[in-house]
Amino acid sequence: MSSAKSFVIDPLLDDNPISLQVLGICSALAVTTKLETSLVMSIAVLAVLTLSNLSISLIRNLIPSSIRIIVQLTIIASLVIVTDQILKAYMFEVSKQLSVFVGLIITNCIIMGRAEAFAMQNGPWASILDGIGNGLGYSLVLIFVGFFRELFGSGKLLGVSILTPITEGGWYTPNGLMVLAPGAFFLIGIFIWMNRVWKPEQIEAE
Amino acid sequence: MERSTNYILVFATAVCFVCSIFVSGAAVALKDKQDLNKKVDMQKKVLLVAGVISGSDGVEDSEIPRIFEERIDARVINLKTGEESKTDPSTFDQLKASKDPATSIAVSSSGAMAAGVKRIPNEAIVYISKKDQRLIFPIEGKGLWSTLYGFLAVKSDLNTVEGIIFYQHGETPGLGGEIENPRWTGLWPGKQIFDAKGMTAIKVIKGQAKAGDPHEIDGLSGATITGRGVSHLVQYWMGDECFGPYLKSRSTTKMGMNIGGAR
Repeated sequence: MSSAKSFVIDPLLDDNPISLQVLGICSALAVTTKLETSLVMSIAVLAVLTLSNLSISLIRNLIPSSIRIIVQLTIIASLVIVTDQILKAYMFEVSKQLSVFVGLIITNCIIMGRAEAFAMQNGPWASILDGIGNGLGYSLVLIFVGFFRELFGSGKLLGVSILTPITEGGWYTPNGLMVLAPGAFFLIGIFIWMNRVWKPEQIEAE
Repeated sequence: MERSTNYILVFATAVCFVCSIFVSGAAVALKDKQDLNKKVDMQKKVLLVAGVISGSDGVEDSEIPRIFEERIDARVINLKTGEESKTDPSTFDQLKASKDPATSIAVSSSGAMAAGVKRIPNEAIVYISKKDQRLIFPIEGKGLWSTLYGFLAVKSDLNTVEGIIFYQHGETPGLGGEIENPRWTGLWPGKQIFDAKGMTAIKVIKGQAKAGDPHEIDGLSGATITGRGVSHLVQYWMGDECFGPYLKSRSTTKMGMNIGGAR
């Protein structure tokens, strides 16, 4: 049971897909201007990652190795399209804001990486746990970045004003850098820094 | 493990088949719901810009189609002549019409270039609020990164702005994206589109508008180019190539002698 637990816990801070493996940065920059979009994106990636790991693991012994990447991609792409359709049907406002980035989950390196590195070698149950763990690791960084970008960039959290900006009659001058991509770079950098201060073994030997 | 070519082909076909069933199944099953969402979203924006409902009313989405039906008339008009056409507004798709060469024309006037509009449809939709006879026009054009799609509502004097709203754009959140901010769109109502000579004069300026100026709207800081785009596209769609002829015909027929403002 301890190994099952570590599949889920390890990718959070010990082997985080964004902060250690530096995968999936593109979407982490693009969708984190608001906490709400970060949350929905996290759930979408979590669902796609878990399901793709599961389905690839189930047929892992049948996949001919010469076409395994394209098979993985076909499965992932199908799952992403279905997710996108569901978002458009049930969360229309959010799906408009996420726009193209849901579609781009297809090319998110985390999902391909887990399919190739884990699901191809392990059974379905372990693969599901691995998918959940890595999905949560991704979510953790996205929510961290989304939280600070929305708070300092527009003075809000989930659309509710926390620091009332000057434009709405308050005192807070929103930090414009936070709403632009560089703001996310700084925050991800800070996250990686904190992560490494806490877990010094992640620092590469020079 | 080496597999035979036949096995690989069969396997690839099977994967594609299963995946395609999932994808098309989801697309077909959810299409109605998605189309409804889009329609309701559009109707909501029309009601908001016409001032029929306000953002703080907390109107449920399920209520929108009924309110829309009760309060708004839709008309399809011919842009060139300004006359109402016989096309059924409930099935008219302006976006599609402006892409199809058979139902649109290429434009290259300086106004069109400035607004970033390449084709305009021969026919366009106009919404009219039944109670106050406010006109709601669809508008579109280039901002900084993206095409902005929105509605402009004009009071029954055919000159004073009732409101403006953008429902689709890809501008930077917090900068150009502030065109969605009600605090900014709130600056528009009461502004005059045309000057005394009947020329389109409304514009978003850089910095703060002169107090009491009937045509100028404060720019958004950090969004000079988006603001310029908004000016150009509003001027273009209200101008002679687009809704100008319709506004003219309406001011002579419907308003009789009472020609409000310049038209």
